Amino acid sequence: MSDVQIWTYVLVALSFGLYIGIAIWSRAASTKEFYVAGGGVSPLANGMATAADWMSAASFISMAGIISFAGYDGAVYLMGWTGGYVLLALLLAPYLRKFGKFTVPDFIGERYYSKTARVVAVFCALIVSFTYVAGQMRGVGIVFSRYLEVDINTGVVIGMVIVLFYAVLGGMKGITYTQVAQYCVLIFAFMVPAIFISIQMTGNPIPQFGFGDTLSDGSGTYLLDKLDGLSTELGFAEYTSGSKTTIDVFAITLALMVGTAGLPHVIVRFFTVKRVRDARKSAGLALLFIAILYTTAPAVAVFARTNLIETVSGKEYGNMPEWFSRWETTGLIAHEDKNGDGKIQYVAAPEVNELTVDRDIMVLANPEIADLPAWVIGLIAAGGLAAALSTAAGLLLVISSSVSHDLIKNVLNPGLSEKGELWAARISAAVAVVIAGYFGINPPGFVAAVVALAFGLAAASFFPAIILGIFYKKMNSQGAISGMVVGLCLMLFYMLKFKFGIFDGGQEAVAGLQDDWWFGISPEGFGSIAMVVNFIVAIAVNTFTDDPPEDVQEIVENIRIPSGAGDAIDH
Amino acid sequence: MDTDLRKKYWNENLKYLSILLAIWFLVSYGFGILLVDELNTIRIGGFKLGFWFAQQGSIYVFVILIFVYVRLMNKLDKKYGFNED
Repeated sequence: MSDVQIWTYVLVALSFGLYIGIAIWSRAASTKEFYVAGGGVSPLANGMATAADWMSAASFISMAGIISFAGYDGAVYLMGWTGGYVLLALLLAPYLRKFGKFTVPDFIGERYYSKTARVVAVFCALIVSFTYVAGQMRGVGIVFSRYLEVDINTGVVIGMVIVLFYAVLGGMKGITYTQVAQYCVLIFAFMVPAIFISIQMTGNPIPQFGFGDTLSDGSGTYLLDKLDGLSTELGFAEYTSGSKTTIDVFAITLALMVGTAGLPHVIVRFFTVKRVRDARKSAGLALLFIAILYTTAPAVAVFARTNLIETVSGKEYGNMPEWFSRWETTGLIAHEDKNGDGKIQYVAAPEVNELTVDRDIMVLANPEIADLPAWVIGLIAAGGLAAALSTAAGLLLVISSSVSHDLIKNVLNPGLSEKGELWAARISAAVAVVIAGYFGINPPGFVAAVVALAFGLAAASFFPAIILGIFYKKMNSQGAISGMVVGLCLMLFYMLKFKFGIFDGGQEAVAGLQDDWWFGISPEGFGSIAMVVNFIVAIAVNTFTDDPPEDVQEIVENIRIPSGAGDAIDH
Repeated sequence: MDTDLRKKYWNENLKYLSILLAIWFLVSYGFGILLVDELNTIRIGGFKLGFWFAQQGSIYVFVILIFVYVRLMNKLDKKYGFNED
């Protein structure tokens, strides 16, 4: 076994042992502990847990790679997945905390005094969470298979068992404290290689500054200028300029921001703190913890891209370093000597280009490309697993509470005892893990595509209903329900038409449909349009129907004032 | 509870929200997207300014905005006696 593998086994085993230990220590004894960790989580712990919950396998493994191939356009993810926290902190978290219930459908159902509204919200929450969780389980499997050389399916099963253990046993309480540990693991694993490489390339230990610094070779050239030069030389777009249209960048950023603010597994985290002011503060801390990774990722993207071009472009295939062949066997990087000269041509033109690179390699293989020590390489696996498991657990909790609390307790069987509900929650969590694992092992081809669209769905359904519920006292159930239904259906229609080509003969037709995009907006950005439509429909229907009852308007008045949140949770 | 007081509190809150969200919009959609080409003519070290706002600056401002909001609201809560604990 190589050094790298030994380190990987040791670090992964240590981190898993830690998670299991925390799970045993923090078992949930009541539904309140299971759903919202008893409502007594400190802002700092909640901030870290939210950050881990939020940063998924995609943030950890894929994002820097996506940026490194997208250049400026990568900003849609950077701004989109952080800017949503401003909306969350200013427009949602404090009020939902004051409202003080367990789930997002709880809020929708009570604010709009309607079981239909609650069921619609449960449906939206399940669609969003299931699409998202399948991707996480797949991520767990991939990390296992690449680093520990176990089969992907075995990897998924190991991941399932771990999540099952602490989600079913500890509910939100177990999840919260494991997420705190997972945040520490993942941020350490992400930062250490980034700092190493930043010092190597620019002599600056802070990656955020390093990628705007001059190269350490003494030439005085700025790193970004060098990358721009290399990119154009090889026929790619200039790194610091984009190739998407401005309107599409705008729409995607907005859809991701609003979607972030509307994701139930993120919102529910703010139910776990004690006071309204803690909800505000923990949103700020969460974004701070997220920003550490999100401001480093674009630096990693630049380092990795420059390193890759310099290592491979125009070089002899036979002289490639060891990592090249190691990652070739995983299929993440491939070379086809088209002109038979024994060198690697890496250029934009597809007929001449001889190198195909999976974007995930930019984070996974980055430490090896930069020739870092074995323990740093081993960290990446532990970090990737922490990111995937923490997000999966948060999503599973939303799924289980939507079923046990919103469907079973509030709609189907209101007479259910507290103990019965806790069992229902545990069983639905277990069933959800198994379903998620099934999708992880047999991923429907569209998982990756759908994860990005989960944001569009959240933006199109929840966000307007919650905002109107707080800021528009006279909003009634008819308006909110029609808004959610129209928004969701419109988003689903656009996704099926332009992402899957369902109405035009399937996946092959998708590329040809680009010219028909409405307003030139891609399916990823369409959530912002569907959101606006949701708002318009909701307000229009509201004007022609009756005002909500007085007591509901009183609830709205009440959630706007922070004092008394302690009482709200138990009523 | 005094409805007049509540209304005043809420209006001050809304005023804060509109100012903070205007800044939120300006740094991300303004500097990072709509004005990116103009700002890219200005350079700070190795960064073109528009690119920097899109991939770094806007995120820093987001974090600062939330903490400013936390401070403002904690003060406002006290002023109106709506603070907890």
